Amino acid sequence: MSIAEGTRPRHVPDRLASRPARILRSWELLLTVIAILIFLANTQASPYFLDPWNLSDATFNFTEKAMIAFAMALLIIAGEIDLSVAGIIALASTAMGWALQYGAGMPVLVLIGLGVGLVCGAFNGLLVTRLGLPSIVVTIGTMSLFRGISYIVLGDQAFNGYPSDFAFFGRGYVFWVISFELVLFAVLAVIYGVVLHATNFGRQIYAIGNNATAATFSGIRVARVKMILFLLTGLMSGIAAICLTARLGSTRPSIAFAWELEVVTMVVLGGVSILGGAGSILGVVIAALIMGMVTFGLGLLNVPGIVMSIFIGALLIGVIALPRLIRLVRTGKAA
Amino acid sequence: MKQFITSREAILLAALVALILLVETRFSGFAAPGNLASVFNDTSILIMLALGQTLVILTRCIDLSQASNLALTGMVTAMINAAMPGVPVVALISIAVALGLLMGAFNGLLVWKLDIPPIVVTLGTLTIYRGIIFVVSGGAWVNSHEMSAAYKAFPRAEFLTLPVLSWIALAVIAGFAILVNRTALGRAFFAVGGNPSAAVYTGIDVGRTRFMAFVIAGGLAGLCGYLWVSRYAVAYTDVAGGFELDIVAACVIGGISIAGGLGSVTGAVLGALFLGTIKNALPVAGISPFWQMAISGAAIIIAVAFNRRKDPGRVILKEPAQ
Repeated sequence: MSIAEGTRPRHVPDRLASRPARILRSWELLLTVIAILIFLANTQASPYFLDPWNLSDATFNFTEKAMIAFAMALLIIAGEIDLSVAGIIALASTAMGWALQYGAGMPVLVLIGLGVGLVCGAFNGLLVTRLGLPSIVVTIGTMSLFRGISYIVLGDQAFNGYPSDFAFFGRGYVFWVISFELVLFAVLAVIYGVVLHATNFGRQIYAIGNNATAATFSGIRVARVKMILFLLTGLMSGIAAICLTARLGSTRPSIAFAWELEVVTMVVLGGVSILGGAGSILGVVIAALIMGMVTFGLGLLNVPGIVMSIFIGALLIGVIALPRLIRLVRTGKAA
Repeated sequence: MKQFITSREAILLAALVALILLVETRFSGFAAPGNLASVFNDTSILIMLALGQTLVILTRCIDLSQASNLALTGMVTAMINAAMPGVPVVALISIAVALGLLMGAFNGLLVWKLDIPPIVVTLGTLTIYRGIIFVVSGGAWVNSHEMSAAYKAFPRAEFLTLPVLSWIALAVIAGFAILVNRTALGRAFFAVGGNPSAAVYTGIDVGRTRFMAFVIAGGLAGLCGYLWVSRYAVAYTDVAGGFELDIVAACVIGGISIAGGLGSVTGAVLGALFLGTIKNALPVAGISPFWQMAISGAAIIIAVAFNRRKDPGRVILKEPAQ
C-alpha cells in the first residue's frame, strides 16, 4: 500500500490551459458582485454603515489578516500552506513584549517583530524544503510550538505599556480617516500583485503549483522559491503582529487565536485553488473586503462574532459550491 | 516478528513505554495499572476521534470539523436533557450519533458530489457547526446541576473495574480493527488513498468511499459529543475548541501518512495515547500546564520528521534538496 507516498494529494486540472483566464476573471467578477450586494445590504440594514469613521474602523477587521493572506496566497498557489501564521503572531508579539520589559524602544520592537517572523518562517521553510515534510503537518506542529512558547513565557499574564510612537502602527492615521494599516494594506496589495502577476518569480510560483516536477525540469529552483515564500509568510505574520500588538496595546498568548483559519478562508474565497497553481491577488483583496464588510455589517446589527463565523463559513462553501452545483445540474458532473 | 519490531507501531510503542517509564522514575506510581487505566480513560475520546480521522486521512482527505461536530452534538444532548430529563440516555446517545452522522454526511456529500477540496469543506463546516451551537444555545451554558444524574453517570459507571467510557473506546478500537483489516470497505480506504486512479479501475467508487469515511468520522464525533459533555458535566459554545488539531496531531504521531493510503488502527491508537500520556504526565511532573501546547507541537514535528518515508522511486526526478 505504499504507492504515491510523499506526494501531496493533488489532481491539478489544466485550468489555465483548457479554459483561459476567462474563468479567473469571472471568479473575481462574481466576488465583486457579492461585495457590492453585501455593501448595499449593509447600507440598507444600518444607517450607521456609511459613516466615514465607521467604515474606517471596519477596515481593521481585515487589514492585518489580509497582509498575511497575500503571502499565504503565493504559498498556496505554489502548493504549500502555512497554518502557523497565528502562532507566529503570538510568538512575535510575546518577544516584543518581553523586550519591552527591558526598556526596548519603538525601532527595536519593530526589528524584533520582523525578526521573529523571519526566523519562524525560516524554521517552517527548512523543515519543508530540506526535510521534505508535508507543510500542512509541519505547520500544524509549529502552530502549537510557536503559540506554546508564548504560553510558557506568559502563562495567564499579559505584557502592557507599549510606547505611544509604537502605537502608531495600529492606531495611527495617515490622512483623515485613512489609517496607517489601510495604507500598508494597499501598498502590500500592489507589491504582491506585481510580484505574482508581472515578474519571473511570480510565474515560477504558478509553475511550481501546477507541476513541481515539470518546474524542476524547466530550471526553476523549486526548494529555493518555496523557502522564500515561507520566509515571506513569516515576515508578513511579523508585520501583522506589530500592527495588532500596537492596536491592542497588550500581548496575551491567546492573541490572534484561530486566525490561520480566517486567513486561509480569505485566500480560498479569493479564488486561489487550494490545490495550487491558480489564483490572483485581486481576488484575495476583494475577499478581504467581503469578509471585512460582512463582519462589520453584522456587528452594527449586534450580531455576535460567533454567529458571523457561520456567514463566513457558509460564504466560503457557498461561493465555491455554487458554480460546481450549477455544472452538476447542467452536465451531471461536478468537475 | 522481525517485521513487527522494525514497524512504526513497535517504535511508537517503545517510545510510549519509555515515556511512561521516564515519568515513573521521577514520580513512582505513574506506571501503576490503576493510573495507566485512568490515562487511557482520559484519552478515550481522543482515541475514538483519531480513529475516525484516520479513515478520512487514509483516503487523502482531512476533517477539521470533528471538534465542532462534537461540541454541537454535546450541546444538543445537554439541552434536551436539561429540558426533558425523562429522555433516556440511550435515546440521547442515538440522537448524538445520528446528528454526528448527519454532519459527517454533509461534509462527505460536498466532497463527493461537488468535488470541493476536503480542507475547504471542513474549514467551512468547522466555523458553521460551531456557530450553530451559539444559535441553538443563545450563548448560554448548560451546567452540571441542570443535567440529570443518569446523563452524567453513564460514562463514569464502572463495569469490570473500567469506566464505561473506556469500554466504549475499546469497543470502537475493536470495531475499527475489523472494519479496516477485514472488510472490503476498509481495504477500499487504503486503495483510494494509495492510488485513486488504480482504485477506480478495480471498481472502487472513490467519492463514495471518501463519503463513508466522513460519515464514520462524523458519527464518532457525535458519540464523543455526548461522552465529552457528560464526562465534564458542562456544555458551552467553546467546548473542545482547537481540539481538531490535537486529533490530527494524534494521527500524525501515529504514523498515518497525510498523503493518504498509509496508516493503521494501532498507530492511531498509540499516537493518541502518546499525546494523552504527555497531557497526564505534565501535572504529575509539576510542569505548568502552559507547557503542554509547546510540547505537543514539538512532538508533532519530531514525529513527522521521524515518520518521513522515502519515496518508492516512482518519481522520475526528485525535487533537488537545494
